[in-house]
Amino acid sequence: MSNRLINWFKYSSPASFYPLAGRMIPVFAWIAVVLVLIGLYMSFFVAPTDYKQGEGYRIIFIHVPAAWMSMFIYLVMALWSALGLTFNTRVSAMMTQALAPTGAMFTFLALWTGAFWGKPMWGTWWVWDARLTSELILLFLYLGYIALHAAIDDNRRADRAGAILLLVGVVNIPIIYYSVEWWNTLHQGSSVNFREGSRMSMIMLWTMLIMALGFWSYTIAIVLHRVRSIILERESGTNWVSQLSELQGAAR
Amino acid sequence: MTEIADFFSMGGYALYVWGAFGVTAILMIAEPLLVRGRRKAILRRIARLIRINSEGKQ
Repeated sequence: MSNRLINWFKYSSPASFYPLAGRMIPVFAWIAVVLVLIGLYMSFFVAPTDYKQGEGYRIIFIHVPAAWMSMFIYLVMALWSALGLTFNTRVSAMMTQALAPTGAMFTFLALWTGAFWGKPMWGTWWVWDARLTSELILLFLYLGYIALHAAIDDNRRADRAGAILLLVGVVNIPIIYYSVEWWNTLHQGSSVNFREGSRMSMIMLWTMLIMALGFWSYTIAIVLHRVRSIILERESGTNWVSQLSELQGAAR
Repeated sequence: MTEIADFFSMGGYALYVWGAFGVTAILMIAEPLLVRGRRKAILRRIARLIRINSEGKQ
């Protein structure tokens, strides 16, 4: 029975996860490049001009995918943290650590592109409204996790402290998501919604989804690339690392 | 030429559209370069450690 199942725990060891991650990087990197290029082409040349916001609305094609990624990456980090606390697997903490900078980047981009969209449409770069404020708190959660992890010398203790911070901060995610319903916000309601479906034209929706899938693949590729460096940093004294072929010619 | 100029003017929203897309592009190009630099640095450090250890044994 047991040998018919894939042994998932096998990949919770850094030594076997490292080569697997290496094989997956080029696949997701190429998918990301192709999807983002298609998404950019559709953003500027296929999607029609909006009847109300003119060409200015095109920011939506990066703003919404970046905002989705900012929340999704956080949830994935929280999930890895819960796994790490439960099973004490090393790779889960390394994955959490590898996801944080990319999550912070997408959160910053959601705020930045939002400001550049808010200025022409609302007349202000920033407003302390529920959606914007909770997204800013998300950025602080990412930066707080990174700072906390960097401040504790012992990696295992840093992992545990970071995991608890992330799990407590999860409460912010539904607040961001439902903020436009719970409070009267300047931010518009969701354009794509689980209950009502989409309120956008099909071509705009497709452009946004292709861009979002591109950002997804980008995140997978970059995080796998970063986690390989983190594995090397943490396992630098082990035998399997010293036998890696990529070390040939790396010394100068 | 005017078509290209029209395109870049984005119907008067040039600053906002290119400000948003531009910074996104810069960050999403810079991040892979930073990650690549991190990998090179750690590989170099480990290779140096191995060399120092092997020289110490001789």
